[in-house]
Amino acid sequence: MYSRYMGLSDIDSPMLNRRSDKEIAMAETILSMENITKIYPNGFIANKNVNFELRKGEIHALAGENGAGKSTLMKVLFGEEQCEEGKIFFKGKEVKIDNPLCAIKMGIGMVHQHFMLVPSMTVAENMVLGLEPEKAGFLNKEEAVKRTIEVSEKYGLEIDPHAKVKDLSVGLKQRVEILKALLRGADVLILDEPTAVLTPQETVEIFEELKRLRELGHTVVFISHKLNEIKEICDRITIMRDGRTIDVKMVEEVSEQEISRLMIGRDVQLKTDKTPAKPGQTFLSVKNLSYTDAAGQQILKDINMTVRKGEILGIAGIEGNGQNELSELVTGMRKLRTGQIRIGGEDISRKSVREIRELGVSHISQDRMTYGVVSDAGVADNIIADRYYRKEFKKGILLNKKKICEKTDQLILEYSVKCDNREQPVRMLSGGNMQKVVVAREFSSDPKLVIANQPTRGIDVGAAELVHRKLLELRDREAAILLISADLTEIIHLSDSIIVLHGGAIAAYFEDVKQMDPVELGEYMLGIKKMTREQIGGAVHEQ
Amino acid sequence: MNSKKIEKRFEAIRTLLAIVIALLIALVVIVIVSDDPANALYNFLIGPMTNARRFANVIELSIPLMFCGLAVSIMFAADQSNMASEGAFYVSCTVTSVIAVLWKLPPLLHMIACLAAGTLTGIIIMCIPAVLKAKWQANELVSSLMLNYICLYMGNYIIRTRVLDTSLGITTSLGFQETVSLPNLIPGTRLHLGLVFVILAVILCYIMMYHTGLGYSIRTIGQNKNFAKYAGMGVGGVVVLTQVIGGALAGFGGATEMIGMYNRFQYQGLPQYGFDGMLIAIMAKYNPALVPVAAIFLAYIRTGADIMNRTSDVPYEIISVIQSAIIMLVVAKMFLNRLKHKQIVKYSKLELEKKEAL
Repeated sequence: MYSRYMGLSDIDSPMLNRRSDKEIAMAETILSMENITKIYPNGFIANKNVNFELRKGEIHALAGENGAGKSTLMKVLFGEEQCEEGKIFFKGKEVKIDNPLCAIKMGIGMVHQHFMLVPSMTVAENMVLGLEPEKAGFLNKEEAVKRTIEVSEKYGLEIDPHAKVKDLSVGLKQRVEILKALLRGADVLILDEPTAVLTPQETVEIFEELKRLRELGHTVVFISHKLNEIKEICDRITIMRDGRTIDVKMVEEVSEQEISRLMIGRDVQLKTDKTPAKPGQTFLSVKNLSYTDAAGQQILKDINMTVRKGEILGIAGIEGNGQNELSELVTGMRKLRTGQIRIGGEDISRKSVREIRELGVSHISQDRMTYGVVSDAGVADNIIADRYYRKEFKKGILLNKKKICEKTDQLILEYSVKCDNREQPVRMLSGGNMQKVVVAREFSSDPKLVIANQPTRGIDVGAAELVHRKLLELRDREAAILLISADLTEIIHLSDSIIVLHGGAIAAYFEDVKQMDPVELGEYMLGIKKMTREQIGGAVHEQ
Repeated sequence: MNSKKIEKRFEAIRTLLAIVIALLIALVVIVIVSDDPANALYNFLIGPMTNARRFANVIELSIPLMFCGLAVSIMFAADQSNMASEGAFYVSCTVTSVIAVLWKLPPLLHMIACLAAGTLTGIIIMCIPAVLKAKWQANELVSSLMLNYICLYMGNYIIRTRVLDTSLGITTSLGFQETVSLPNLIPGTRLHLGLVFVILAVILCYIMMYHTGLGYSIRTIGQNKNFAKYAGMGVGGVVVLTQVIGGALAGFGGATEMIGMYNRFQYQGLPQYGFDGMLIAIMAKYNPALVPVAAIFLAYIRTGADIMNRTSDVPYEIISVIQSAIIMLVVAKMFLNRLKHKQIVKYSKLELEKKEAL
């Protein structure tokens, strides 16, 4: 019955709106969380007396910046984390959710941002993981396939049960995750930023799927910070900020501007001012670059491109289309075998990571925890990693601790890193502050070429703003910048030109981002369209 | 007070508590097995302090333990589980013995020759697992552990073929030349110049680890090798270098022990100092400054157990019970975790209230 609001949301009749409010208000509460407080082992208070309520058959948006405590709250609900205080009521009874199995048994399902699937297994095998039908002690594959088809037909979500998960697109993998939860009898389905990894086309599809689920009486929690999406499909919204519930509203009653203000606590300038680029000489040039990984899979195919001083070249593409390999080849982390990379005119094929960095290269890795920081070491130790051997930080053979401290304190201030002091282990910092430490190190070495791979992934709006501002500053100081991002808004907003990577090859090149259609960009990302050699050839600038 | 301090405090409490619990277990065992537990306990706990000679025994014993503890600390800090310190120490002792018996040099030169040869031997042995790993990705934990047995028989071979004293029924070398023995520090004890060497080694290692670029890169590599590579550190070189340093320390320790404490080679098997070095490194959290504390503690309970062995009916082997309990509790990361979490929760709430009061 609640499917009706959807149609109504477009109509600006206060009368009708009120009626649907009433319906929602009358709907039975299926789940409520009261006064939830969660403190992590590092002392970070992720949730403070949070209240959260779900009504049967709604799509409920849980909105807030990164680090506002949305994911933590849902992890508590799904039994992945234990709260210090608070109560959870499900279907009228107080419940204790010790682990995800508990949650699943009760009928709560969660689709994580990073899929929990076994890539080498088929869809059907993944579907029954943990509740495998057996025949004489072995997995009954036919039964698995049968169940997969049953649930897929019941919800009208088409899937090939025999396909290997690794061969599926991101959108289909997500569908498998949703079906997996439904097969386990999920009445309440939690989706953690489901559209973060999807193309515009796939996003439309998942919205259709969610609406269908709502019609069938399922309740959906939609974690997101994309306001337009919340406006499009959600009924109610709970807004979190700084670990607390700020407000609960009917989505129809609030504007995007209002939601954003509640989320951030102040008006944000959604666009940073950007002057037109003044590209200079070519600084990075990549010629006929191919790369085959250890498993013999060709990851990059004949890449030709250049980045000039004073411009930001964006690399768009769905994750896993060779972006990471490209950034690791340019920075020397992977051995270059086919093709040529020149930085500032110098061939880097025989150079070590340090020698390449000495050419003026900075690198923000996509995997912050693995490459970006030493999590157990303090802020200062993280800052000096690329320069501790230089004369200015030495006193004879010893490290000049005083200089190191001064530099660190100055950068903590400049990049407003929130930490107790320079000795605090970075694992105790929030994601955004950790990234600020990375960025402070990489941007303060006066770089001539910046490889920024997913520089704002998983960090709060404030920190992202800072990173964007600093990137533009560097560009205006004539640095060449290669920006790799799966976040379309970010890439369109920051880049001067854009290359689209699909299947390890350049699928498109847009000289001027302002004249580009985002929908068209999506089509190139999905591999629906591909430019001709001549069009792509524009990505190479001689001199 | 902040979360980091709470964490640090709990680290210390955990180690101390582990030691206390281990001692309690030992006490219980002693009370059960001994006919005269009071006497046994007295000798075990107080025995080493009852006279200067016994206390000097504790310090003597702690010298090789410190050398090996330092060696292991530096390698483990770089996340290299090289366990060849035992073999390196042992073979160094045999090589030193050969030179001490056969060469004829003026006193000072002879000592230097012994120490240099021992150090070099230590480096060579310790680098075998390092090279195997660098070249063929052989797990250093397995290869170094196995290497220790090769070292044992190689050492025996060296002693037996070069300097065996055939007048005795067991494997001992001929007597060392008088020109090699290290000067005694305190008459009436066996405390030798090696004590000064090891104190210097502790200071140098501490400075290296916490005040030089090399130490910084060792610690960084140990904590996150991927990050070290990403930041441009020469990971391979540093990793091999830590094992050279470790080998030098273990080898130098072996040579010092030989010419400081003995007149002839008389080990009848691996002396276990290399393995003890691991226990010490773990207790000291790889911090060279804490190595002496851990080494003296271990030497103390060893000496106590030895005295108890001689003066009561409790055997020396009780020491193994204590050691294993300590290791288990110190490495058990979640030990006391709940209490720690409670403290942090309490602290965080307090901070929050303070912030909100403003």
